[in-house]
Amino acid sequence: MAAQPYGLIATFDKTPDVFHAAEQVRDAGYRNWDVITPFPVHGLDRAMGLKRSLVPRISLIGGLTGFTTGMTMIWWTGGYDYKLVVGGKPFFSPMFAFPVSYELTILFTAFATIIGMFVVNGLPMHYHPVLKYDHIRRGMDDQFFIVIEARDPRFNAANTRALLEKAGGKNITEIEA
Amino acid sequence: MAHAEHAAHRAAILSEVNPAVLPRAVLVQNDRSFSWITDKICGIIEGKTPAWWWYCFCVAVFVASFTVAGITYLVATGVGVWGHANPVNWAWDIVNFVFWIGIGHAGTLISAILCLLRQKWRTSINRAAEAMTIFAVVCAAIFPVFHVGRIWYAWYLFPIPNSNIIWQNFRSPLEWDVFAVSTYGTVSVLFWYIGLLPDLAILRDRFYAAGNKFRSFLYGLFAMGWRGSNRHWSNYEMAYMILAGISTPLVLSVHTIVSFDFAVSLLPGWHTTIFPPYFVAGAIFSGFGMVLTLMLPLRAVYHLEDLITQYHIDCMCKITLATGTIVGYAYAMEFFIAWYGANPYEGFAFINRAFGHYAWAYWIMISCNVITPQFFWFKAVRNNTAMVWILSIFVNVGMWFERFVIIVTSLARDFLPSSWGYYSPSIVEIFTFFGTFGVFSTLFLLFIRFLPIMPMAELKAVTPQADVHGGDHH
Repeated sequence: MAAQPYGLIATFDKTPDVFHAAEQVRDAGYRNWDVITPFPVHGLDRAMGLKRSLVPRISLIGGLTGFTTGMTMIWWTGGYDYKLVVGGKPFFSPMFAFPVSYELTILFTAFATIIGMFVVNGLPMHYHPVLKYDHIRRGMDDQFFIVIEARDPRFNAANTRALLEKAGGKNITEIEA
Repeated sequence: MAHAEHAAHRAAILSEVNPAVLPRAVLVQNDRSFSWITDKICGIIEGKTPAWWWYCFCVAVFVASFTVAGITYLVATGVGVWGHANPVNWAWDIVNFVFWIGIGHAGTLISAILCLLRQKWRTSINRAAEAMTIFAVVCAAIFPVFHVGRIWYAWYLFPIPNSNIIWQNFRSPLEWDVFAVSTYGTVSVLFWYIGLLPDLAILRDRFYAAGNKFRSFLYGLFAMGWRGSNRHWSNYEMAYMILAGISTPLVLSVHTIVSFDFAVSLLPGWHTTIFPPYFVAGAIFSGFGMVLTLMLPLRAVYHLEDLITQYHIDCMCKITLATGTIVGYAYAMEFFIAWYGANPYEGFAFINRAFGHYAWAYWIMISCNVITPQFFWFKAVRNNTAMVWILSIFVNVGMWFERFVIIVTSLARDFLPSSWGYYSPSIVEIFTFFGTFGVFSTLFLLFIRFLPIMPMAELKAVTPQADVHGGDHH
């Protein structure tokens, strides 16, 4: 099979450069592309045209599950399965069940958030074509990259390269798949 | 048109008023570049292990062995080897537990509350402070777990079906505490790990480039294949913010529930509504004391003055001052309410604290917690790093004594004079507590040797060159 490249990668040295380049790539209508940055760049999500993250919804499900688990567990253990009289207090009340349910809300939200973040990001992925690029290390250190994937419908080796050049990208290189 | 008019109007007013430009605090000094930050932080891990690290590590492990000895003896003999006896059946175990848990709270305050408040100065201290939180929780957990005596029954704390069929008493604040502290420990580790993720990826790549495949593999395993993708950052930032958002009520609830251990009881001196806010303030106060105690030597030994600037120290001192003053206010308010409440037992409990058999502990507490932080009003004191460090030690000592005073004085003089007593710790307790400083130091030394002590990605994001609007203000 002929080696179809993964895509094109362009290097940028400064934060404003990559920011404005990202706006141009977005406006050119690309969908399968990415920006590699060493830190979360403020406002880059909008410059890339990204939608709001799905993580909060997963967190909410986690939190509701946690609270329900707490209340149900305390009702079932002390108010249903084995009723134990302690100081003549009620077998179940949402009042005394609240602290534990509250903590479980937080615990389950934390797990849901982190697992949600990994799932939405498709991590762990210890192998990725972008990681094969020789200078990718700088993308976690002090440089910025824009990667446009070959599977994007608008991808065209010559035109895409021209777009990245016009946007100020340097060292435009093909990445092997 | 209206817009242009408005702009012109604004310019006219501004030129008339001529407001002074307030300088923004510089968070990374000397205009350091992104790669300087990476090299500086990674260099600590990649460099040769310094001789001082080995000396400190050996001492820390030796000190930690005291805890091991103490708890081994306890498990082999029984919980009677501690100095607890009627009426003081709770003493150093819970004092030390609350002391260590409280220290942890500053880490969560820095990582969560200051994150939500967009306090950018938190970036250079949050990683180490979060590590401090986790290690403090480890030290704290030792005490209640071993206080159960028959340690192999410690799992009875959790609602796991057992052969006695009965369940935990969820009406007890002690059971709430089990959930609060275990949630706190777990969420602190998760939050810390998420913060570490991008930095582990940097280390993975650097060790790979340096030819150290083994360490590259280990860091890479935990980096989960992070590649700095902005599509990932977008979800990551959201997840980080949610974690900060849930850790904030968590940290407040944990010490609230810790204070319920006392406040929900009927003992004079414990049964007060001021306990939750007072405990939370005290916890943050003690935690910032410990953050200063740890960060100032770290800053000196690794020459991190460009990253932990005088501004950072100022901020930490001011939070210590604010929370210390809240604690001082709470001491005064407790006394006032004891008198105003007209309950003779409550009144006696407080007079007894200040002038009874444990007055020495009370006055150590007052001088360390109320007087010490007041020095931080003065800029000259905040600028004197050695002085700040010494004062931070006093804060640590004072907050230990606060818990001692609250717990022991109330129990030693409870309702019936016939059952009064005087508590002194046994040598086993002293060993166990002394050793926890070794446990904590050992873990902290391992942390600074093998993990990045500052979040590189977050530090880069607060530099001027990270600004997308041509923020090169130079």
